Amino acid sequence: MTSTRINQIDDIIASLDEIIAAPDATLVGAAQQLAGELLGRGETILEIWLSAHDVTPTKNKFEGFRLLALQRQGARRDTTFNACRETCRELVYHRNLVCGEPAHADTARRLRLGAMVVRHLALFIGGKLEVAGLGEFCCSSRPLRQHDAKTLAPPIP
Amino acid sequence: MSGKYNKVAYYPGCALEGTGHAYNRSTKELGKALGLELAELDNWNCCGAMEVKNIDPKLQTYLSARNLSIAQEMGFGTVMAPCNGCYHNLKKAEYDLANDADSREVTDRLSRKAGHKTYEAGKVETIHALDWIKEAIGEEGLKARVKNSLKGLKVANYYGCMYTRPRHIFPEKDKGPGTESTAKPHFMDDLLAAAGAENVDYPLKTACCGGAHTLSDSDTSTKLVLNLLTTAEACGADVIATECPTCHTGLEMHQVRAEKVFGRKTTVKILYFTQLLGMALGLSARKVGVHENFSESSAFLRARGLG
Repeated sequence: MTSTRINQIDDIIASLDEIIAAPDATLVGAAQQLAGELLGRGETILEIWLSAHDVTPTKNKFEGFRLLALQRQGARRDTTFNACRETCRELVYHRNLVCGEPAHADTARRLRLGAMVVRHLALFIGGKLEVAGLGEFCCSSRPLRQHDAKTLAPPIP
Repeated sequence: MSGKYNKVAYYPGCALEGTGHAYNRSTKELGKALGLELAELDNWNCCGAMEVKNIDPKLQTYLSARNLSIAQEMGFGTVMAPCNGCYHNLKKAEYDLANDADSREVTDRLSRKAGHKTYEAGKVETIHALDWIKEAIGEEGLKARVKNSLKGLKVANYYGCMYTRPRHIFPEKDKGPGTESTAKPHFMDDLLAAAGAENVDYPLKTACCGGAHTLSDSDTSTKLVLNLLTTAEACGADVIATECPTCHTGLEMHQVRAEKVFGRKTTVKILYFTQLLGMALGLSARKVGVHENFSESSAFLRARGLG
């Protein structure tokens, strides 16, 4: 089962590599659609991890984005998941940059960087599916954190 | 500038005596060039790093607290730790001692057994090397001292994970203008910009490099680092500036490994921010330990008139 999930993540990484290698004109021509797709791929990556841990991925949003709600859902049961919090926020930022100014001269570059951010998320989650402790370097004050997390991260309804 | 960081206690930690020696050297030389004083803690011990922390977090709290206790006994109200791991652990100890009775009990018991004063939370402030330069000298102070501008050097600033996470152990961050941000840290960007560097907008400033698994699961670490490196190059960076010996070594080692194992060559240089600032102040590359880095940057720096 784990190998199936890792294969799914590998497929996502392959699709990201295509975006990164695509000509500027292709990216600019479908900028908003691609930005939405990148966000969707980020959500899919987090869904894969949650499903692997018998958690039903939330349909709710946090600060307007389901990706951020999914990240918080993951972090509630595993604080090492906080190691991808800023990566998720960067993805939202890049999506907003592209959707806010699709005709901007930097759109193709922004999409490529967005794809690289998703790739990092994919590598991190793929790594965590194989090695659960990945990300523990920064969040390994676990006993205290788990106690504290109850007040810091209220549950998503 | 308040002057309160002009002389601080210095906790180099184990890494700066080993793989991160260039960071130790460049931090001291930078301090000297800026007229700042560092007093190394007497008989300091390991902060508990991650090995102790993962097995017994309260023992790690004690180990870090002992270092804070030494700083206090030496008469310092501030200790500066340039390593993200040490900085993080001293901060965590401070948080644990202020918020967890069991940690206080364990620290008190072990301190008495070891025969030294028990450290009480709130007596010593822990700062990072970035806080030190930012608060003691500031951007304007740096600009006034620059002899060899970093102009034309495009830098991606990589802060790693332990400088900002978990957020609750860094209560001084995220307090608005002038303070550090945990979501998008900028102190290193500010300082290097003051020295003339052109910072690129790097989206993976605090992303995981797989540091904890660098030996046990090298492929995962290499893939994560390779993405950090290729993304920096895509951002147009010539250099990745680091402020942690573990991040720095991981980036250097996996840059080589990515080429050997995955056939992916990247050319972005990896330098400590203290090395870059030191060279901007006119120090030689040798003086700031560029020759002690694993990766080769000397020719690159010479071509840009640095070092």
